[in-house]
Amino acid sequence: MAEITHGTGGLKYDNSKRSWPNEVNIFIALVIIVAIFEILGQVLPYMNGQSFLFDTNDRFDSIFNEARLRIIILQVAIIGIISLGVTQVIISGGIDLSSGPLVAATAMIVMSFAQTELVNGNPNPKAVFGPWAFDLPVIIPILVGLAFGAFIGSINGMFIAFTRIPPFIATLGMFLICRGIAQWWTRGQPVSFPTESYAALGAGMMPVVWFVLLAILCHVLLRYTVYGKHTYAIGSNEDAARMSGINVKRHKVMVYMIASMLAAFAAIILSSKNLTAQSGMGLFYELYAIAMAVIGGVSLTGGRGSIIGTVLGAMVFGVIQSGFTYVKLDAYFQIMAMGAIIISAVVLDKWRQQRAMMRS
Amino acid sequence: MSDIILETRNLTKHYGGVHALQDATFTLRKGEHVAIMGDNGAGKSTFVRQITGVEQPTRGEIYFDGKPVHFAGPLDAREAGIEAVFQTLALADDLDVSDNLFLGREKTKFDWLGPFRLLDYKAMRQDTIAALEKTAVKIPNIRNTIQNMSGGQRQCVAIARTATFHSKLTIMDEPTAALGVQETAQVENIIRTLKEQGEPLILISHNMRQVMDLVDRIVVFRRGRICANLRKEDTDGQDVVAYITGAKTQPEYDVEDVA
Repeated sequence: MAEITHGTGGLKYDNSKRSWPNEVNIFIALVIIVAIFEILGQVLPYMNGQSFLFDTNDRFDSIFNEARLRIIILQVAIIGIISLGVTQVIISGGIDLSSGPLVAATAMIVMSFAQTELVNGNPNPKAVFGPWAFDLPVIIPILVGLAFGAFIGSINGMFIAFTRIPPFIATLGMFLICRGIAQWWTRGQPVSFPTESYAALGAGMMPVVWFVLLAILCHVLLRYTVYGKHTYAIGSNEDAARMSGINVKRHKVMVYMIASMLAAFAAIILSSKNLTAQSGMGLFYELYAIAMAVIGGVSLTGGRGSIIGTVLGAMVFGVIQSGFTYVKLDAYFQIMAMGAIIISAVVLDKWRQQRAMMRS
Repeated sequence: MSDIILETRNLTKHYGGVHALQDATFTLRKGEHVAIMGDNGAGKSTFVRQITGVEQPTRGEIYFDGKPVHFAGPLDAREAGIEAVFQTLALADDLDVSDNLFLGREKTKFDWLGPFRLLDYKAMRQDTIAALEKTAVKIPNIRNTIQNMSGGQRQCVAIARTATFHSKLTIMDEPTAALGVQETAQVENIIRTLKEQGEPLILISHNMRQVMDLVDRIVVFRRGRICANLRKEDTDGQDVVAYITGAKTQPEYDVEDVA
């Protein structure tokens, strides 16, 4: 073991003791999973030697199967935006189950402020409000959505911080409330026909652009700001955080608010991409978002995890989903397999923690 | 002007009908190391909780650095310059050494960003290294999380806080109670370093050898009252035990029969 001196003689750091960042493990897992699907493609008799990752159409202009890669990242981008917020909640020692239904409720409300007056020259058949709500500038639905997200998030946060009920219960209640709001808003009718500028928000690869931008923003928030440091501190040792003078209650409200605003933004992008909002939208999104974070190494006991990990976790999630389809796994089995993967991720995290304890 | 750093007059704390602390009058001079001893429930920790702002006294005054003070919370006391190392360490396991030292008091840039102001990691790490050097605390790597550290190292991190913020008074509540022999020696060395540097200290300990080794003066608490104030030179272990158990009481503190 390297010698450690510290004090009057100057400092010598034992860099061998620096722990290997967890994100590296997840990246390795991602590579292994891709390799497994690639091999399966070669080995399984009914696959006819198709490649998972590479372009086999003998076109010269690409090495990778761009269509598949595009679908993978597009598929995870919107849930990925939610998982950025869920990551922060879990790091602070909480959990947010309300994000899926919040997506539906927000989409319904926001879409009502984003409708056009005329569809192909005819009056909009799905109009929710009167003429005043037609063809509003795109900033209005965005602000309405973010405000609604902030409102729901602050209620989540306030109940958790001030009544000390478990986050699981508070957000489970909000889960039902939001699903109810989504259904009540138009009595179950879908809301459609947005303005062109609204439709542009989620068109094409725009969800991926938003995901990347927001991931960078959240990474900076968590890693380089006081907000981030206190989020980790609260999740790690709430009493220590309180004794250090951190306003734990106010901070928790802020964390849940930011998480719900991210979910609301995901709802805007999703409804724009689909050009419609339905009360059943966002089914299982809260669980998938949690799964991405957990696969990405965010510890459910709080205090540990990172945005980079969650983004990698989202990629793993997308690759697995796409890979299952690629090897023609039955859709019913896909959901079951997803569940198994989430459990394995948590078991792995536990195992990793225990090993870290043994090392010290 | 005055060389008294901390003075309490008739400091009293009642929890309902329980008189946990009665008329504690206590002084600490600059550079002095004082041990507080006493049986469990004698009022030692209650006394410390009053002067560190964790609780507010029922009655009595506290003078710190010549001025009367009223701490509304631990942060007030900390800002005034009283740094306490509690039995239950207030450390966040998943943060590294300098994060823990500066928790709640981070150095920041771009303060107009409010809660999203940026952390000045560089300045915090520099200050951390300076603090560790000052206290001669040995820690393998300040970027390691607390999680992988031994009890002694954790205690050292907690103690290093005192040096980081140039506190005027350090209070340690049984800092070695949970430590092994080697780690205890390490913490005791840090205490000696503080003594050399003229930093005043209040040490709560049950360890007679440690107390006799480290401090200048011993104040004994019994049933919520101070019952003895002994210079180390004038006493020995047996004598102190006699005060702790109630076999002896110094005449000037002999008020229990009156109460």
